[in-house]
Amino acid sequence: MGKFKKKVKTGESIPTSALPDIIFMLLFFFMVTTVLREQDILVDQKIPQATQLQKLQKKTLISYIYIGKPKNTGLYGSEPRVQANDVLISSPEIVQWVNQERDKLPEADRGLITISMKVDKEVKMGPISDVQTELRNADARRVLYASTGKVD
Amino acid sequence: MARSNSRGSQEVNAGSMADIAFLLLIFFLVTTTIASDKGILNILPPKQDPNVPPPDIKKNERNIYNVLINANNDLLVEGDYRRSAEGLDQDFKAFIMNFGAPDEEATALYNSLPASLQAQAQRKADSSDDPGEAVISIKTNRGTSYEVFLEVFDLAKKAYFEIYAERVGLTADEYRRLNGDSEATKALQDKGKEGIPMAISIAEPDKIGGN
Repeated sequence: MGKFKKKVKTGESIPTSALPDIIFMLLFFFMVTTVLREQDILVDQKIPQATQLQKLQKKTLISYIYIGKPKNTGLYGSEPRVQANDVLISSPEIVQWVNQERDKLPEADRGLITISMKVDKEVKMGPISDVQTELRNADARRVLYASTGKVD
Repeated sequence: MARSNSRGSQEVNAGSMADIAFLLLIFFLVTTTIASDKGILNILPPKQDPNVPPPDIKKNERNIYNVLINANNDLLVEGDYRRSAEGLDQDFKAFIMNFGAPDEEATALYNSLPASLQAQAQRKADSSDDPGEAVISIKTNRGTSYEVFLEVFDLAKKAYFEIYAERVGLTADEYRRLNGDSEATKALQDKGKEGIPMAISIAEPDKIGGN
């Protein structure tokens, strides 16, 4: 007994002088990747999952349309509604909205406008079909069903 | 003019730099939403002219693979009841690659396929004639949940992408990631699709169980 040598404590410490640099690097990463939301989402958005996801090359061609139950049910009711830009619109207004969005694009790309439909899981096919009929009327036939990746 | 600096060198205290940076970092971490532009692409059919009756398409029943989803989210696949969509992608694949009665063009297509795909041809008389003729039809009610519809649509896409990918010797993931911005990837993409159009038809929903 008593044979254990007392360990000599060496003054080891992690050098922290580079810490600010590392933090700044992370900070810049997040600053660059951040997209600040320019609009409030007024409807529920639980995006369904899928496996066969595709990514579009040109983000400028995409316009977003949000469909879901309004968050403020007292004001807008509990039926699924369509949100474009930052207002809730009714189906007949979709054509006008699509035309506005299309006018923002350069002339060569107008035929390629893609509508990304961000639809809540709870929504039934009825409202979606109505929106799609309007999109067909507006001749915006490229539709992207927004979904998140599924791990399987 | 210049005041003589009698206080010696002045330095900004940098000790709290890390704290400040941390604070900013946390702010951006919290506010960040990494934009997701991923989804399943679908091309809607052109608008129908109310004055022109819809074209009368004569297609053999065996060339259409019917999937019905009702308002209770039950499936009816080619007349058979199913509880869930699981395994539907394999059925889609078997249907597309059936080669029941290929014409000359389809036979040439068949001969150009790799052996692994040729082996999948079951040549059933009551399934599709050839991939060019095969159509997957998805019909829903207005009360069908979007999630189930998307699941079935996803599986139909999966069947096609797996066929395309196998044809050019890639995995389905790699094939989907081809974006056609360079000549080589575009050529690969076209080679996969050639002769096998992605024919997924989405019928207008019935007015049952919805609003």
